[in-house]
Amino acid sequence: MSTGTRLRVDPIACDGRRLCAEILPELVTLDDWGFPIIRDGDVPDRLLDEAREAVRVCPKLALRLEGPH
Amino acid sequence: MRNTESLQRLAGPGGTQAPGYLPRLLPAGLLAGPASLAGHLARYGPPPSPGLDRRRREGLLEEVERSGLTGRGGAGFPAARKLAAVAAGHAPVVVANGTEGEPASAKDKVLLARSPHLVLDGAVIAAEIVGAAEAVVVVHHSVREAMEDAAAERRRAGSGRIRIRIMTGADRFVGGEASALVHWIERGMPTPTRRPPRISERGLGGRPTLVQNVETLAHLALIARYGGSWFRAVGTPQEPGSMLVTILGAVNQPCVHEIAIGMPIQEVLSLAGGASEPPQALLLGGYFGTWVGAAAAAGRPFSSAGLAALGAGPGAGLIAVLPANACGLVETARVVRYLADESAGQCGPCLYGLDAIAGELQRVAEGRTSDLSTLRRWLGQVDGRGSCHLPDGVIGLIRSALDLFGPELEQHAQGWCCATRTAIVLPVPPRRQR
Repeated sequence: MSTGTRLRVDPIACDGRRLCAEILPELVTLDDWGFPIIRDGDVPDRLLDEAREAVRVCPKLALRLEGPH
Repeated sequence: MRNTESLQRLAGPGGTQAPGYLPRLLPAGLLAGPASLAGHLARYGPPPSPGLDRRRREGLLEEVERSGLTGRGGAGFPAARKLAAVAAGHAPVVVANGTEGEPASAKDKVLLARSPHLVLDGAVIAAEIVGAAEAVVVVHHSVREAMEDAAAERRRAGSGRIRIRIMTGADRFVGGEASALVHWIERGMPTPTRRPPRISERGLGGRPTLVQNVETLAHLALIARYGGSWFRAVGTPQEPGSMLVTILGAVNQPCVHEIAIGMPIQEVLSLAGGASEPPQALLLGGYFGTWVGAAAAAGRPFSSAGLAALGAGPGAGLIAVLPANACGLVETARVVRYLADESAGQCGPCLYGLDAIAGELQRVAEGRTSDLSTLRRWLGQVDGRGSCHLPDGVIGLIRSALDLFGPELEQHAQGWCCATRTAIVLPVPPRRQR
């Protein structure tokens, strides 16, 4: 189900700490240098809790959710 | 009617600006010196000054909208929409972007050097439209003095309530990106900043900021005088007006010209005296642009619509001619190395990814052992992942090179290159220490 919620990373703030990829491997993969690639599209309903958690634990405050969450 | 009067005056004996007549922005003759304020006013007439009259300011914005003017810095965003967004905010400020950090491009420098007052008019009119009290004009160091002189000339003439500040831009490729420009003015750091907020909402000093390319502002200065319909007398209905182009590489007279948008590329090249050697390919748009085959491009109109079928666009108006005896892979690799080194170093994918990509492409260009599948994977990984468009621009350039120079790729994989030319075609500044 589509939530209209998007997970975004601020590439300037991001330092490649990789916690997001551990918490949310369904949506976040890492490039060859360890920086997160966020899958296109809305965050599915069933992953919203993990997405909020990833935003919360990012040590660089580089992640945010846009749209209803 | 203001516009009718202007057109009548222009059509009269002393007029030089009949619709359709080019150049509009640059002096018509060969004079390289800057136009004086008196000469400028004699040619174009005085600019309208709406002051704080809200209806006149809105009227000017409507003319800009009618004109269909788009940004001439490369992105092509509608000027009226940008003006309206900033005008909606409180106590805005205008930044004229004449940094032109692209090493191959000269059109903004030529415009600033020859028609400084037209750009200043545009900055002032933009400020009046959005309700700003100040315009900061940031220019390449080579034209700083000419701009200072022009601004001083205006102060002596006692013109205007808009404060004009002239600044030298940072000598960096990304220094012209809107947030980097604001960062530079404010803190002397030519690096893009985090978004949100948008510059148009919160930019210089926290104020809504209009960052507009200097050529766009010069067009704006004429639209304010002569109206949107006048502007549309050249160009195409979808992409009206004229644009400045920089033509370089294997042409007889590398130069900056003003063309009607949609002019066939072959004709644009003839303005530069035509190709000086058999051409192989053209780089269109700039270093963020697209390689296209010379024969495929020749008859195409130089416009977004005309170049879309080639996967290209006019960008910031650059056309570089690659002669048949040069190697497109070598040229691309050199430009990509330069661009990767110009990364502000803030975003991981740009800092590490572009550097790796540039290194692999250099290996390809030099005919050393290279890994094209890794290179292509990296292109996919890094695309779209910077705060600014540096990675995307570089990757677009490389993709078009890999598409167009396929046969060379195979030769290079065997360790040889059939280019006989040693002189470079696409200029890059000397490599800086990181």
